[in-house]
Amino acid sequence: MNDVAIIGAGLHPFGRFGAKSAFAMGAEAIDLALADAGVGWQDVQFACGGSWEVAQTDPLTGLLGLTGIPFINVFNACATAASAIQQAANAIRTGQCEIAVAVGLDKHPRGAFVEDPMLVNMPSWYAENGQYVTTKFFGMKINRYMHDHGITSRTLARVAAKNFRNGVLNPNAFRRKPISEDEILASPVLNHPLTQYMFCAPDEGAAAVVLCRAEIAHRYTDAPVFVRASVIRTRRYGAYEVNTTWAAVEEDAAPTVYASRAAYEAAGIGPEDVDVVQLQDTDAGAEVIHLAENGFCVDGEQEKLLAEGATEIGGRLPVNTDGGLIANGEPIGASGLRQVHELFRQLRGQAGERQVPGSPRVGYAQVYGAPGTAAVTILSL
Amino acid sequence: MQKPLAEVFTWPHDTPQLIGSRCGDCAATTFPAQSRCPRCGRSSMTELLLPRRGRLVAWTTQGFVPKLPYAGSDKADGFTPFGVGLVQLDDVIRVESRLTENDPAKLDFDMEMELSIVPFYVDDAGDEVMTFAFAPVSDSTDSTDSTDGR
Repeated sequence: MNDVAIIGAGLHPFGRFGAKSAFAMGAEAIDLALADAGVGWQDVQFACGGSWEVAQTDPLTGLLGLTGIPFINVFNACATAASAIQQAANAIRTGQCEIAVAVGLDKHPRGAFVEDPMLVNMPSWYAENGQYVTTKFFGMKINRYMHDHGITSRTLARVAAKNFRNGVLNPNAFRRKPISEDEILASPVLNHPLTQYMFCAPDEGAAAVVLCRAEIAHRYTDAPVFVRASVIRTRRYGAYEVNTTWAAVEEDAAPTVYASRAAYEAAGIGPEDVDVVQLQDTDAGAEVIHLAENGFCVDGEQEKLLAEGATEIGGRLPVNTDGGLIANGEPIGASGLRQVHELFRQLRGQAGERQVPGSPRVGYAQVYGAPGTAAVTILSL
Repeated sequence: MQKPLAEVFTWPHDTPQLIGSRCGDCAATTFPAQSRCPRCGRSSMTELLLPRRGRLVAWTTQGFVPKLPYAGSDKADGFTPFGVGLVQLDDVIRVESRLTENDPAKLDFDMEMELSIVPFYVDDAGDEVMTFAFAPVSDSTDSTDSTDGR
């Protein structure tokens, strides 16, 4: 099996862009990634793309060059972009190609996500009854977690305020103004205990990376970033996850826990080796829970970590340095690639005002979404 | 007339129950009923009426109007947030459900809950559509819908 390196990353800003199409944003993200890598589209031998809103991403070739390459589409809800990276990396690992592109793009209408529940094998009454709302699952999960582990609403506000602050430093972010903890706590409750400013919003954007066989990375860059692990897991019997009418009495761990363990094993490292972290912060509570599910702390320790500022850019465990989903919003197809774009910039020392000090060498990205799908990507210099 | 939102609870009935299913091979239990087992994948599921009472494992409030096809009559004006919870029915199953209580001050983990069938909306034919919701079990005896003597 070949090792895989990322040699370029590109990102179209996240936000609202009027009539601009998701494809136009995707093509720009790929252009930026190719320029970053110093390769042309004609050099790319394989591509994988993901999106919710467009039927297929491969019409991008009509904007970039109809070169005839294999171009695979993936959709895996919030883990879509991480799945695109995995497919592109696997094509290199198995010798199918030497240079590949992974791209994600989306352009969502405003408001919480909605679709016909039958499309995800849920009964129509589930939506008619007002239960087909992903945010209420996050409210229930963090509410129970706070009860069990002594987490306060102030800690949730600290997470959101941090991510908004980091967004101020990120020219590509959707939300670029600081919001105080008190304002966050005082905003309308959407799903108790989560308030409006503790949630991310669906929006628009695109991101892409160029990957190559590790042995040839030196031809393109002095600073390749290696893909050490790319793992996807779905829910097990006993996990209570998004979009479900029931759960088993005997509990099992969330899919993130299994993806994380497998990723650490594949990479041959542990959480103590990670220098910069990207976690799925659909809401502030999710970031709190995911800190523990990914092995960065024990349950309940988050209260202290946030109070101490440990997860700030200058802290000992910087989390969501680009503002995460809370400041960037979530174009589903692109979100996991935004995370990897940020890690790539951080590991190469190119993150500008939000650069983590001390030359970080290992980056960790986790996404989680309906109906209980998680992905973990570990990168290192 | 009244009619159920879906055939997922016994109705009409003095002491309605949710209709689940149980695997004849591995005893995994689901709500609503399904034909294949979510644990072992076999097709040995048979219908099982679920216990009417349980305890509240997790809960939140739904503070904004769910998007269509949400059917509640409180869609546009005057939406009232509703409670949502995960209720463990004895040691059989945990069920996600609307709650009759929407005040966080009146909801607590592990509190005892009981199934109730409540009016939800009036459909185009003028029928009153009924849905299921779990209600906190009152400590006192003045509960208006405490028809279950257990």
